[in-house]
Amino acid sequence: MAEAISFLEPRADVLARRSTIVADLADLLAPECLIHEARELVPFETDAFVSYRRVPLAVALPRSTAEVAAVMKYCHRYGIPVVPRGAGTSLSGGAIPQEDAVVLGLSKMNRVLDIDYPNRTATVQAGVTNLNVSENVSADGFFYAPDPSSQLACTIGGNIGMNSGGAHCLKYGVTTNNLLGVKLVLTDGTIVDLGGKALDAAGYDLLGLVCGSEGQLGIVTEATVRLIAKPEGARPVLFGFDTSEDAGACVADVIAAGIVPVAIEFMDKPAIEICEAFAKAGYPLDVGALLIVEVEGSEAEMDDMLASIVTIARTHGVKTVRECQSATEAALIWKGRKSAFGATGRIADYICMDGTVPLSQLSYVLKKTAEIVDGYGLRVANVFHAGDGNMHPLILFNANDPEDAAKAEAAGNDILRLCVDAGGCLTGEHGVGIEKRDLMRHQYAKVDLDQMMAVRSAFDPGWILNPSKVFPLDGRSAA
Amino acid sequence: MNEFHPRTEEDAASFISDHAVRGAALAVVGGNTRSGFGNGVAAEAVLSSRGLAGIVAYNPGEMVMTARAGTPVAEIEAALAEGGQMMTFEPMDHRALMATEGEPTIGGIFAANISGPRRFVSGAARDSLLGVRFVNGRGEIVKAGGRVMKNVTGLDLVKLMAGSHGTLGLLTEVTFRVPPRPKTEETIVVSGLNDAEAASAMAAAMALPFEVSGAAHLPLTVGWCFLDGKLPRGEATVLRVEGLAGSVSVRAEKLTAAMSRFGSVTRLAEEDSRRLWLEIRDVKPYSDGTMRPVWRVSVAPGVGHQLVAALRLEAGVDAYYDWQGGLVWMRMEAEPEGDLLRRYIQLLGGGHATLLRATPAHRAMTPGFQPLPEAVALLSARVKEKFDPAGIFNPGKMA
Repeated sequence: MAEAISFLEPRADVLARRSTIVADLADLLAPECLIHEARELVPFETDAFVSYRRVPLAVALPRSTAEVAAVMKYCHRYGIPVVPRGAGTSLSGGAIPQEDAVVLGLSKMNRVLDIDYPNRTATVQAGVTNLNVSENVSADGFFYAPDPSSQLACTIGGNIGMNSGGAHCLKYGVTTNNLLGVKLVLTDGTIVDLGGKALDAAGYDLLGLVCGSEGQLGIVTEATVRLIAKPEGARPVLFGFDTSEDAGACVADVIAAGIVPVAIEFMDKPAIEICEAFAKAGYPLDVGALLIVEVEGSEAEMDDMLASIVTIARTHGVKTVRECQSATEAALIWKGRKSAFGATGRIADYICMDGTVPLSQLSYVLKKTAEIVDGYGLRVANVFHAGDGNMHPLILFNANDPEDAAKAEAAGNDILRLCVDAGGCLTGEHGVGIEKRDLMRHQYAKVDLDQMMAVRSAFDPGWILNPSKVFPLDGRSAA
Repeated sequence: MNEFHPRTEEDAASFISDHAVRGAALAVVGGNTRSGFGNGVAAEAVLSSRGLAGIVAYNPGEMVMTARAGTPVAEIEAALAEGGQMMTFEPMDHRALMATEGEPTIGGIFAANISGPRRFVSGAARDSLLGVRFVNGRGEIVKAGGRVMKNVTGLDLVKLMAGSHGTLGLLTEVTFRVPPRPKTEETIVVSGLNDAEAASAMAAAMALPFEVSGAAHLPLTVGWCFLDGKLPRGEATVLRVEGLAGSVSVRAEKLTAAMSRFGSVTRLAEEDSRRLWLEIRDVKPYSDGTMRPVWRVSVAPGVGHQLVAALRLEAGVDAYYDWQGGLVWMRMEAEPEGDLLRRYIQLLGGGHATLLRATPAHRAMTPGFQPLPEAVALLSARVKEKFDPAGIFNPGKMA
């Protein structure tokens, strides 16, 4: 298909020195930690934003912070672009390489280093998967809160790169709110520790700046994250409504009533059908929109809170209220929701948007989204985090039809502009990557972007870290 | 010193540009009630955000408020009370402790990243801050973040501005999360624990599923200061639960049962509980009208009591603990003992100490903020240069 998003031109001088670079990296890394054969590089050519791919120059898979530092020092010295990679699950192309780049994969750094219950922290290497952290502490009654849908595969390093969220962040916050410290390798190979087990650190909040910086400020090799005691119980409940507007209005009223559940997830009719066909979670098929509301606490507390929510839902004509009867059923409800993207992928190609809007704009934005996609003659399924306004319209199309693909991208861009114009932002949890890079000027004025780019330059003056991402390719000179 | 209170962002921008051209230093302040943070600033003029006041937007249904930086905190709190919402990070009021006067501003809260007892479970001011507008050292009006609860669009300059103490720019507007205020609260008091036992008890409480939202230990020397002496005699380890009435009493019940293995347990009802946590937040025991040195120390929760025990062998120190032991309030008997304190913090795994109150002589010989490791200091200086190339904002304050 025609590519609407461009990458930086690969640098001829770097490409010309390919064999030297590979030989030099071989001096720094064990043979099994360096990939350079064309065939073996292919798996690294893209991430979960599969419409775009570039085969990198080489892939380094260091086993320690010292090895990461050695690779960075080398690449910095010769101005070789570096693209960091966790599990490659980015939906915005954050881990897609470029032809002149060394991919720095953290997958071999997958050890849990320290679990400290008195201080409620876990220190892990960057390549540890998100779910692995919670699994390590679950038997002792703790969990790690951020839970992106890809949590089985995605890594803590990648979560920090994108400041990932998940369904439960309405109550517990996103990655940045659950991160206490990192070990960071700077562009020139210097190793610094930011934060630690204390709740805050001296000086500027560089930790907060690094979180969500999409691998452009340095390479995170270790992280100390916050653990939380698991609630006594948790119960997801399904609320079915006739229309999306009814469901949206119910969300607004629940919040306005001072009730903040752990999660409020929204699915429209197409999404319900897709997820139910895949997960057989028992979602009602005779409704126009579904909310999954999860409450936590003791049985009595959950009953209490649910009663209040049901009362509000009734005022919006709720058709179905279904409480699950067992832990298995609860798990199934979440499985259906978390497999939404995968299940959609079985019936069509799709791109997933990630704009966030103020809660008061939810209904309006849903309606406009339907109109936009309809206008392009495409279909859309909506599944998103309603409690915090983070929308995920999935635009369905046929990737084998270039015209269809172009329409999908155009519709996606229109939707993101709509989110910004409604007082929201381009991305709530997936990151800018390459996908939304060229829309950044719609959200930010030149002076805002220049300030960000200047800060980026303070960390990486030569712009070698993940250089094709986040900032529009033109107009970078100000930095 | 001349004071300038711009009433618009544009006025602030041109004032700053004029000073940047001349390299003339500015003391950037809000209500100036926390002027004791960091090192003293030698400046040509004071630039205050006080003239930029007023709530810009507040819709309780969105759980978000936008206010101009100079808005008095009291005005914000009154509006939030009406909406049944709150700043979840419970910002401290420093006036009694630091013997300052005036009106704290919302911009000052975020510029100094001020938080209170709930911080250890609900995050600091920086975690609630969603968006800012500021004027940088080039006189440019910059916005970062926005007004939605999830936003990863570009670099998170919002976090960087929080806690930058006016050294990167003049905050002109802030947007922050305001979740519902808990309907009620209760505090359970475990009596008679020493500092180390209290640390274990608080860690045990936080491992239980009862959503404790305050965990402090008040040793013998300070316990009498709270609630006009109404706390049970002796050491008090206090744990707060908040929420809907039914839920609070159930959790307080269960917590009481679980904690009784540590010591005798009593309970404080809503009114006393609210007052107790305000007094803990505002450091009532050391708001004593003296200039004896007071430190705010942040370490891993399990380390606080070890730090105090180590210091006691070499210096006269009184202390109490918030944040499950991770926030230590210390009053020194005589000298600040900054080097000693900071050496022990390093030895015990890291953290930092901020000198909040001291005589001018003591301040002159003690860095207000914990000195940074060399590589981090270099990086921070490069970041500062990108906001304030002429170095005019609060020079030396965070150095």
